[in-house]
Formats: sequence, structure tokens, C-alpha cells
Amino acid sequence: MIWLERLLAIAAKEGRQLARDRVTFGMIIGVPVMQMLLFGYAINFDVRDVDAAVLDQSRTSLSRQLVGDLQATQVLHIVREAGSERELSELMQRGVARVGVVITADLERRLFEGDRPAVQLLVDGSQPSLENLAQGLSSMPVLQRAATRASGARSFEIRTEYNPSRRTAVQIVPALIGTILTMTMVIFTSGAIVRERERGNLELLITTPVTRGQLLAGKLLPYVIIGLVQTTLILGVGRILFGVPMVGSFLDLYLGALVFIAAALALGLFISTLAQTQFQAFQMAFVTMLPSILLSGFMFPFEGMPAFAQGLAQVLPLTHFNEIIRGITLRGATITDMYVPLLKLVIFLAVMLSLAAARFRKRLD
Amino acid sequence: MTVAISARGLTRRFGAVIAVDGIDLDVPRAQIYGFLGPNGSGKSTTIRMLCGLLVPTRGTVNVLGYEVPREAETVRRKLGYMTQRFSLWDDLTVTENLDFMCRIFGLDSATRRARMEDRIRDYDLVSHANQRAGTLSGGERQRLALAAATLHDPELLLLDEPTSAVDPQNRRDFWENLFALVARGTTILVSTHYMDEAERCHRLAILDHGRIAAEGEPKQLARDIDATVIEIEYADLTSVRRVLASVPAVRSVAQLGNRLHVLVHRDAAEPERELRALLAGPCADARVERVGATLEDVFVAATSLRRVAGAERAA
Repeated sequence: MIWLERLLAIAAKEGRQLARDRVTFGMIIGVPVMQMLLFGYAINFDVRDVDAAVLDQSRTSLSRQLVGDLQATQVLHIVREAGSERELSELMQRGVARVGVVITADLERRLFEGDRPAVQLLVDGSQPSLENLAQGLSSMPVLQRAATRASGARSFEIRTEYNPSRRTAVQIVPALIGTILTMTMVIFTSGAIVRERERGNLELLITTPVTRGQLLAGKLLPYVIIGLVQTTLILGVGRILFGVPMVGSFLDLYLGALVFIAAALALGLFISTLAQTQFQAFQMAFVTMLPSILLSGFMFPFEGMPAFAQGLAQVLPLTHFNEIIRGITLRGATITDMYVPLLKLVIFLAVMLSLAAARFRKRLD
Repeated sequence: MTVAISARGLTRRFGAVIAVDGIDLDVPRAQIYGFLGPNGSGKSTTIRMLCGLLVPTRGTVNVLGYEVPREAETVRRKLGYMTQRFSLWDDLTVTENLDFMCRIFGLDSATRRARMEDRIRDYDLVSHANQRAGTLSGGERQRLALAAATLHDPELLLLDEPTSAVDPQNRRDFWENLFALVARGTTILVSTHYMDEAERCHRLAILDHGRIAAEGEPKQLARDIDATVIEIEYADLTSVRRVLASVPAVRSVAQLGNRLHVLVHRDAAEPERELRALLAGPCADARVERVGATLEDVFVAATSLRRVAGAERAA
């Protein structure tokens, strides 16, 4: 029991110091809330009110109705009516319009025959995610309606499961749990050992009977609790502000989060044993951050990444956690359904802890 | 067993630098053993090897009957270590720091309460009990550090320059505390660069460039000094120095107020007569006398004379 008492003594000491460090404490609560608001509101893949110009070569009642419908979707905001193809291309080049809608002169015949496209969408490819928008528009009911009226059938039907209204927040917020946890967990623990080394506390601590395991685990324990608090905070804010659903069980979610928190902390701890100063530790933590955010599937789907990047993503704990968290919160999967990514997290945790323990000696040389 | 620490051929290299160079050490129990030496003489490195923080490049260490570093973990339960730099937590209060150290040493709650109360009282920390360590004065911090290092009643205390940031009054009080600990049977190894502190030790090793230049009881060391000490008192000491510079038997000259302490080769037959004769012309009424060596003379003799001797051998 002395073993556990020592561990708890270290944890209590860390917790007490943490509570007294107002800046850090503020960041623990402030960072998740700030990032939730920032990402939740600012990152939006649902593009709206894109400036568009129309070149209506048909000038029939059907073409006018089509333009009206496009406007009504609020996806496009028709700013100009172009008189010629040249004028349209000029408008786009100057950036007045991001999207050009060209309605061919034989609109009705094309719709009726159905073998050639009746409406052409010109999209400004220099702008990110506008192309997706055009893809979306082409399957939109407005064009479908015109087509249906004329020829009867659609070739594909797309239904978005688990996020029927296709709101970005639904995808982003659960993934934010992992991103925010990575930031706080890795950064805070990466400084944990180095700080005491810099301040000279470590030299005293390692001449006491405290063991490596007690020291490392004791330092992590308060952060595990902080991580769970942050998870709760993000889920709560996501629910209240963004209406993100929680389909699966909370117990499964917290189990997954617990393993991920431990993995992130172990990474931070390993960094802490490598760095000589807190500044170095911070830099190293930061180096692991960007790939985590960009490659973990938080923003961009893996499927589009080259094999090398996909391989790198496999090493990042955030990748597997995002898989787990989206599965549980949005698809209603259980933790046992998610055993593959969970197992990968456990392996990462074991490797990092072993590395940290191997690097950390109760010595100064 | 009467020896608390024994080391043989203890050596430590840092790259090309030899910090500790084959020292032999026997520290008797229930005494204060001092390491006297300038900065960089290997005091801290030796202490760190004794408590297992650094692994010796060569040599063996036995502390309280255990081989270090192999059995360092066992020794650590019986050892109190006070680092050169204050190493408790600035953002914890006096009580919190002590409580934490008690728990680390695995004291049960009754013992914990009793020891903390004792130490806070003994080391005059009552009025600071709830003050954060970071806001304590140098003397208070050092008392806190000693209190923390003795919470588990260690058999051996290793103190690495404990008084370097402390004023003279606090230093005296600190030494009173050390003697109280020794009276209860604790062995203390303390490093210092203050002569007055070295003088208080039961035994002393003078360290210089990683070697033990002299070892023994302070009084004995003064008696056995490898030089004759001549004291010269005169108004114009600069001209005396000028004369002395040309005397081959003179090993070193140090000024103490309006006196000079001159260390002369031991084999010089009657150095005071010789010096008196030399000074008779230029510094007529200079008072020249043979005196007993102080620890400072011992230190100078042990460190500088050896260096001169080494240089002569090399030449």
C-alpha cells in the first residue's frame, strides 16, 4: 500500500501545483471552450451564398424557373446576369463570381433527351472546397426536378447516413475531443519532468525511495482527470451549441477517451525524458501536433492521402481515437466494435511508456 | 561498524575532464566529515556518486554497508540529501513540502504528524508553516531543506554546500543544528568552501582538482602542515612582498589585514631568522615571527604547494 500511497502523494502534489498555476489552469478549461467555438463555428464545409453569374442562352420560362430555384437554395447568390460567354469568363477571372451557370440554348431538348448535360457549372478551382460544392449542386433537387420533369428518372440516389443534414459540426465536434486532448495532454506533460529537472527538484526526488513507476504514473494521474473533464466539457458544449448527437454509450466513450488520454500523456512523458529544457519539450510537442491535426482524419479524409501519409497517420494516436469517437458518438458503435483502433491505441501507449521508462533513470548521468 | 562511508579509487570522468581522480575515503560514523575545496574541485561530483546519482567511472563505494550504485535504492531509505540548490517546491508551503516528503519516505500518518511538528519547531519554522517556500529567505529555505532531509531520521546526511546562500548568523545556527543531529548518532558529510565551517568538522578532506590534497582532523592538519608559517607585520607590506618574491624557500604569501602569512619550505632550517635578516635593510622594523598554522594555511599549503611541487617535477 505504501507503493500506492507514494504514487498518490506525487499525484496530489502535481495536482496542487497545477491548481496554483493559474495560467495553466485557465488553459485547461479555456483552451477547449475557445477551440470548440472557433472550430465549431468557423470551420464549415457547408458552403453558402457563393457569388455566381448566370449566362442564360435559353431564355425560356423553364430556364428562368431554374435560376430562381438555384437562388432559392441559398447555396448560390446570383450577382450578375452575363450577356455572353466572354463576359462570364471575365466576371470569373476578376473574382466577381466564383461560380458560373451556363444554361444552354436548347435546354428543354437536352433535358428531354437526357444524353447531354443541359446546364454547365463553371467553378473557380482556385478556391478550396468550391469544387465539392459544385459536385453537390449537380445532384441537387433543383436540377433533379428539371430533369425529372422532363425525363423521369435519376441515375443515383445519395443518402448521407449518421449525419443526414450533412452539418460539418457533427463531424468536427467529436473529432475535436481528440485534437484538444492532444494539445493539452502532450504539451502539459511534455514539460512535467523537464520542469522539475530545470528547477532542481528532480535531483532531490531521485535520491528518495520513490520508484520510476510511481514518479511517472503519479505525474500523469492528475492529467488523466483533467483529460476526462475536458472530454465532458467538449461533449457538453457540442451538445448545447451545435446539437451534436450522442448515439452510443457514454461508458464506451469514456473508456475510449481514457485509453487515448493515457496514450497522449505517455507521448508527452516520453518527450519530457528527451528534452533538456522546457522550451525544447514544447517544440517537440508542437512537432507532433501538426501531423496529428492534418493527418488524423480530423480535417481531411485519409482516402485522399498518399500511402506514406496514411502510414504516418497510423502511428498517430489521434487517428485511431477519431475512428473510435466518431464510431461511438455518431454511428452508435460499441467499444468492442472499435477493437481494432482501440488495440492500436493500447500498443502505442505500451510502446511510449516503455520508451519513457527506459529513458528515465534515477540518475543524473 | 564504525565507518559510514568508504570509497576506494573513486573516479569520475565527464568526457575528457576528470572531475574526481581516484580518491580514497573513510567517513567515521556519528561525526561531521567535511569536504573543503574550491568550486570545481570535485566535491559535488563525489557526493553525487556517494548517493548513487552518478555512476563512478572507476572505483568502489560502500555506504552504510551497502554497495553503491548497485544497492543505491536500499541506501536511499537511510540517507538524507540536501542539494546545493534549493530543491523543494517553491509553489508549495512549508507544511506541504514537509508532508509530501514524509509521504515519499512512506511514514505513517501518526509518525508524519509528529515528525513534521518536531521539525517545524526545531528548525524555527513555526511562523512560516503556511508560507510558500518560494517566498522564504535564504536562511529559512535552508532550514526547511534540512528539516525535509531529516524527516525520516536518516543515518547519514549528505549536505552539498548547504550554507552558500546564508548569512553568518544563520550559518552558526545551522551548525548548531548539525551538532544536535550528530549527538543523536547521525553521520554528516558536508561540503563547503568556508574555512570557519571546515574548522568545525570532526574530520576534513581538502579536495583539489579531484584529488584529496590533505585529510585528517582540522587541528592535526594544522600541526602536520607541510610548511613553516611565518607571520610578518609591517606598515608597507608591498615592499615586504617585493623582498619575499626573491626568496626561493617561500612557497606562498597571503595577506590578513596588516599581516602577511608566509609559507616556507619545511626543510628551511631557521626561516624566521633568514627572513628577518633579509628584511632588516629595506623594512627595518618589520615584526617577523613563526606562528601556528591556521586551516587557511593548511588549505593553501595543500592546494598550492602540491601544484608547485607538481610543476617542479614536470620540469
